Amino acid sequence: MHRFAKPSVFLKFTDPVLPWLAGVTALLIATGLYFALFASPIDYQQGDTVRIMYIHVPAAWMGLFCYVGMAICGAMSLIWKHPLADICARATAPIGATFTALCLITGSLWGEPMWGTWWVWDARLTSMLILLFLYLGYIALVNAFDDPERGSKAGSALALIGAVNVPIVKFSVDWWNTLHQPASIVRMDGPSVDPSMQVPLALMILGFTCYYFVVLILRVRLELNERRIRALQLSGMFDQRSDQDSNNEQNYDAGHNAEAKP
Amino acid sequence: MSEFFAMGGYGSYIWGSYAITAIAMIALLVATLRGLRASRIERQQLEAVLQSRRPRKNKKADKTS
Repeated sequence: MHRFAKPSVFLKFTDPVLPWLAGVTALLIATGLYFALFASPIDYQQGDTVRIMYIHVPAAWMGLFCYVGMAICGAMSLIWKHPLADICARATAPIGATFTALCLITGSLWGEPMWGTWWVWDARLTSMLILLFLYLGYIALVNAFDDPERGSKAGSALALIGAVNVPIVKFSVDWWNTLHQPASIVRMDGPSVDPSMQVPLALMILGFTCYYFVVLILRVRLELNERRIRALQLSGMFDQRSDQDSNNEQNYDAGHNAEAKP
Repeated sequence: MSEFFAMGGYGSYIWGSYAITAIAMIALLVATLRGLRASRIERQQLEAVLQSRRPRKNKKADKTS
């Protein structure tokens, strides 16, 4: 596993995949949009607002999916100290946060005409808001330390503790009375959504998932570049130091200590 | 056509949802691509500087792209 952490190996594996994945993403979302906006019927109770579902539900799914991915990467980073796991967790957080925020916003835009309110403090909505705060807390925490290693330790711990919230989000509609409708796709007796609405929903969920992987690959590359830059800057400083030191051997210890405690 | 955009009177909610989703997803992608480009340029500059400074050691560092 560790060999995948090498930037060159990661690039070798993802380079040929990336254009295909981007193409599939565009295709899935384009056909999904066609079905969502044109080729699907209106709901007998909700009229056209049911079309918001085709982005609201995929966004909610991505919010949870990204969080689970981030928590698993966090665990791998804590247990095996695998550098790529930490990089993946860091790269996932902003994507998950974006989708969670989109889920809350589109839910609001759905709730206003259908429930008569933008927001209620019920279990589903509140636990989803907590999910957003967990993402934001993770992003703030991993960037709060000068030493990236310490930042990722703290962040991974937060991601793991926050994973408790994922089943709470999922089952909140069963455990508490809520305005939010109960699960209609993932349930014991099969989906209760009409097939004509399942098609755009499935396409959009797949499209959003592929979008996640495209952005993930790009963000991992970004993070790899930044780590390399940090390493180069450190070695550059070391080089300058050793140049000076070779000129004046006696100053080595004094200079070193001064640098160690600024 | 205008009937389609009206969405049964819910047009602003529905198009608002789709618009904000599109904007957010495109913005995230663009921000990522820009950051990636900037980091690539900075890394290459640093590599060039360090390479010129110590011509002997750079064989190992060449592999990453």
